[in-house]
Amino acid sequence: MPMLARPVSSQTPDDETTHFGYKTIKREDKEKMVGGVFSSVASNYDLMNDVMSMGVHRLWKNHFINRLDAGMRPGSNRPLDFLDVAGGTGDIAFGLLEHAEKRFNDRASTMTIADINPDMLREGELRYQSTKWNDGSDRVNFLVQNGETMDQIEDNSKDVYTIAFGIRNFTNIQAGLDTAYRILRPGGIFACLEFSQVDNAAIDYIYQAYSFSLLPLMGQLIANDRDSYQYLVESIRKFPKQEEFKGMIEKAGFYVPEKGYENLTFGVASIHIGVKL
Amino acid sequence: MYRLSKLSHAQRTFFLAATASILGSMIFSENNTLATKMEKGQLHYKDPNAIFNKLTSEDNLYFKRGKPQYPGHVPLFLHEKILMVLGSSIGSYFHPERNEFIVGLGESTAISPVLRSLQTQMLSDPVGRQLLRERPRITSTSLNLEYLRLLPENSIGNTYIKWLDREGVSPDTRVPVRFIEDEELAYIYQRYRECHDFYHAVTGLPIIIEGEIAVKVFEFMNIGIPMSGLGALFAPLRLKRSQKERLYNIYYPWAFRSGLNSKPLINVYWENILTKDVNEFRAEMGIEQPPDLRNLRKEYFEKLKKAKKV
Repeated sequence: MPMLARPVSSQTPDDETTHFGYKTIKREDKEKMVGGVFSSVASNYDLMNDVMSMGVHRLWKNHFINRLDAGMRPGSNRPLDFLDVAGGTGDIAFGLLEHAEKRFNDRASTMTIADINPDMLREGELRYQSTKWNDGSDRVNFLVQNGETMDQIEDNSKDVYTIAFGIRNFTNIQAGLDTAYRILRPGGIFACLEFSQVDNAAIDYIYQAYSFSLLPLMGQLIANDRDSYQYLVESIRKFPKQEEFKGMIEKAGFYVPEKGYENLTFGVASIHIGVKL
Repeated sequence: MYRLSKLSHAQRTFFLAATASILGSMIFSENNTLATKMEKGQLHYKDPNAIFNKLTSEDNLYFKRGKPQYPGHVPLFLHEKILMVLGSSIGSYFHPERNEFIVGLGESTAISPVLRSLQTQMLSDPVGRQLLRERPRITSTSLNLEYLRLLPENSIGNTYIKWLDREGVSPDTRVPVRFIEDEELAYIYQRYRECHDFYHAVTGLPIIIEGEIAVKVFEFMNIGIPMSGLGALFAPLRLKRSQKERLYNIYYPWAFRSGLNSKPLINVYWENILTKDVNEFRAEMGIEQPPDLRNLRKEYFEKLKKAKKV
């Protein structure tokens, strides 16, 4: 029986395009465009974070670090290996080290700060120069790495993987989660602090009006860059909701303890946790 | 069983409120709302029907901007325009050297009535109409600087390039207009922004703050853009006394005279008159040439030095 061979395209539309905020762009361009956004906001990054969140981002990050409560416990025989991804400017990284030292007297755990954007990483290195962690030991090191592949980090080599406000910029979020699973040791923790969806409709209204109206305006007047902040605000809307992201973490192989996420400020930000068993 | 009517008013209110709260918290508890969402398929994955059904799409439901009228246009709401005026006026007062504040202030204060009257002015003049038809743009590449250097001594083009060299600047591409409604008004404002350097060249005023203020007053008197008027009012307040004296005694009166008595500058097709004699042009337009500001300042500083020596 003659079979009519129908030419089937091997690339579905999903493979070719992705979103950049509300724009649709080619998948291969996303990394470069996100890079452009962060290179242009790098120098004003902390100032803009303070202005945009009215300082609340500091509370979120402190709660994140306190809740993780990571550090080598007294009496344990091996220091921990931390990895902070997309942590260019270093605030979470240094906060984690500080917490470990204060709470558990842990002065031996190592910290690797990885960021795909060299400009953001340079800001972090500059900041590192003036901190007390810059004491000649090689506890802290900086790597330019793509979170989806992390080719310089071996399997099963890290105990704590943190990513704060970085994962929404990944082109392929699931690949980032799979890589996190690969590089964590069994027993390792994946912790993600990210903007998420507000569940309360009234607060959502205020939040959207604020973020779509005032944030780009502040970006324009303070940082002379309306478009980067418009992208930031749109990428927040595009990020998966809490339950969906929890499903993606489970799909990567993590065990997610109930309920798996903690909403901060009514869901404006959310902490997701996963454990590699 | 107590009947509701037998209870006092306060007890009834309490009972009803308590029942409403308890039932509400049972029906709308977190597990129940999550379960409702899961039934609707909104919980664990993106709803595939959402792209076809605009009402449930992810785009923000509450905040929709108008349609852009031209590429790069961001239609602003009224509260955003007001905030932009406030923010950029404070910024441009303290940091007039930063372009983004002048840009923001200019575009947010260039309200429709002002631009519409400019549009009418352009439409009543044949050259203005030509400008609106052809919509020429002046960019860093549209003027051939080498050609301008070869032009005769007193031509407009040559005056322009000599002014650029004296000030040590190059014609930079002006920031594109983004916040003005209506694309023709946006073009008129863009044309105003791009011709700014020509106003400097024809009057000979330098790019230092005093020169900029003087040009702004001149522009305001002639063209009427509100941002230049605001600059004329508030910018001198930050200057030193000698600068203020020079401005108020010499340049402001000059700007009022020249600006009001000269023909509309917005209707000048600069690209077509580059070979025209600049003195003839000034006479035709009714523009007086102000005293050279750099020379005035040099004389002033020399006087100061002599006074200090003595």
